[in-house]
Amino acid sequence: MIEKKFIVTSPTGIHARPATQLVQTASRFTSDIQLEYKERKVNLKSIMGVMALAAGKGAEITIIVDGNDEEAAIDQLATMLKEEGLAE
Amino acid sequence: MAFLQGIPASEGIAIAKAFRFEPIDVKIECEKVENSTKEVNSFFEALEKTVDELKQIKEHASTEAGIENATIFDAHLLVLRDPELIEPVVDRIIKKQYNAEFAVKEITDHYIHLLLQTENEYLKERAADIKDVANRLQAHLLGIPVLNPAMVAENVIIVSEDLSPSDAALLNPSKVRGAVTNVGGKTSHAAFIAQSLNIPSVVGTKTALGDIENGDVLVVDGYTGIVHINPTPELIEEYEKKQEQTLRDLSELSWLAKEKTISLDKQYFSVVGNIGSMEEAKGVIEHGGEGIGLFRTEFLFMEKKQLPTEEEQFQVYKSVLESLEGKPVVVRTIDIGGDKELPYLKLSKEMNPFLGLRGIRFCLGEQSILRTQLRALIRASAFGTLKIMFPMVAVIEEFRQGKLMFKEECEKLKEEGVEIGHIELGMMVEIPATALMIEAFAKEVDFISIGTNDLIQYTLAADRSNEQVSYLYQPYHPAILRLIKNVIDAAHKEGKSVSICGDMAGNEVAIPLLVGMGLDEFSVHSAAIIKTRAHIRKLNKSEIEKKIDMLLNLPNAVEIEEALENFFYKKL
Repeated sequence: MIEKKFIVTSPTGIHARPATQLVQTASRFTSDIQLEYKERKVNLKSIMGVMALAAGKGAEITIIVDGNDEEAAIDQLATMLKEEGLAE
Repeated sequence: MAFLQGIPASEGIAIAKAFRFEPIDVKIECEKVENSTKEVNSFFEALEKTVDELKQIKEHASTEAGIENATIFDAHLLVLRDPELIEPVVDRIIKKQYNAEFAVKEITDHYIHLLLQTENEYLKERAADIKDVANRLQAHLLGIPVLNPAMVAENVIIVSEDLSPSDAALLNPSKVRGAVTNVGGKTSHAAFIAQSLNIPSVVGTKTALGDIENGDVLVVDGYTGIVHINPTPELIEEYEKKQEQTLRDLSELSWLAKEKTISLDKQYFSVVGNIGSMEEAKGVIEHGGEGIGLFRTEFLFMEKKQLPTEEEQFQVYKSVLESLEGKPVVVRTIDIGGDKELPYLKLSKEMNPFLGLRGIRFCLGEQSILRTQLRALIRASAFGTLKIMFPMVAVIEEFRQGKLMFKEECEKLKEEGVEIGHIELGMMVEIPATALMIEAFAKEVDFISIGTNDLIQYTLAADRSNEQVSYLYQPYHPAILRLIKNVIDAAHKEGKSVSICGDMAGNEVAIPLLVGMGLDEFSVHSAAIIKTRAHIRKLNKSEIEKKIDMLLNLPNAVEIEEALENFFYKKL
């Protein structure tokens, strides 16, 4: 299991468009991927769950990956978050 | 035989069957199912049908309608692939013997509730997206046909409460022949959309959705604002003749889309388009507009539930500039106030909004809104020929303050390493005081655009939406014409160009006068571009010029109109 913390940098937070990208990326992996914010955990492959977390700019979020492709998954998610200017 | 009287919003005659365009609403009840395996199978079947449907809509939206945010449909599609939807639904069908529709409702309602509870307006809007996807899915489960305006196979007239740009993106332009709405006025977004799609339209009928059924035959008269419901064959025939005539007139002129706007005595003018959104820019290009003379940016702000971000605005401005391929685009900074409100800003109600905090007055108070817009515009300037103008300038200090903000934002962006194109900075003349003092302004601005709709109502002190005084809304009143001439003369002395972006620029009676006074640019809605150009090409500028002084000395609008008809129309 890998855990990694991020701070949301996107001015609009993780809303529809960023959430879409995030979920699409997460869905490519077989590992179980969760997103934690304010002690609430949601499935990162669930668009409804990710949007309902309402993580705005400055939010401290944690991505928890567990499974066979966990390393590749966390790498890609981190790269995607950084490249799209969503979180660091 | 029934008919409705509304407000004519886009010219032309349309005859076709009615297509009610309204949100899907399905009633869902909980029923115990006996065969849960079968129910699970129908759930997956419905899921696939909905996915296919949304893919088609997405495809349509991004190719045909050229919609900027076709990506929203990616989010819709992800909802249908959401493991937190699919697994719990299957679970409830099997364990609780729920019917699939009810299980879908229970799960999606939970998330809709969560989203509505967030503090964020944007996320609250997403609740409606989930509701929309859930409704589609449930409609498939119940075997209710979901009418989809993007997929209509025959010609239709859209009947709806209102039309927003995102609704417009769902329409199939090759099949939609006309539009009728319950609400809206001449300057509502629905009107501008219909004009840009070049479809006859009547808005503000109040009861269209109540009185018209799917499949009713409608005649939409975009000249008078009348909508006939299931008219007699004779009446249809009469309208068909009228329609053929207008089409014939138009197609005879269509070659003018590629021609220059030049008068008989070889003077050049330019005819450009008015737009309110990115989608409308396409219409201007198709009709051969020589640029955009007025991009009203309010609608970018009005269609959202919160202020659009710099990035969102940048994307819109950039794509408009790119689509015009170097032709000039005049963007008017946000003109909020008057009859255009932004509910989310919670501005205080004014006794007299047209004389209150609007246009640049509002922006100088809410500097961050204007600065964000200016930054988005400056960033977009590298992608085309951008001109920016401020609305409702009454005194020179207002223009100077706006210009200062513009310069400051340019400097900041330069430091950030942003590439900036050449940007002209101009102003609108809508206030009589400004028109009288125009010499002072002309020295400091790069160009001038006269907003005649407001100039007329301010000069004659008559609210044009008030029927009791609407007789005073007189575009050919000598006072208006003298103000316009004053502006043109002073601007030309300083070597600056003048445009008109009110209804007057496309008005057949006014065009000869404006040509004679030397107006440089006529900014009209896209469907009027060719007609305006055709009109100018039949005029002799130097000949009219000689008559201008005499005309402007006539005592009232009626005599000016009569004199014009005598001089110019007998010859045409």
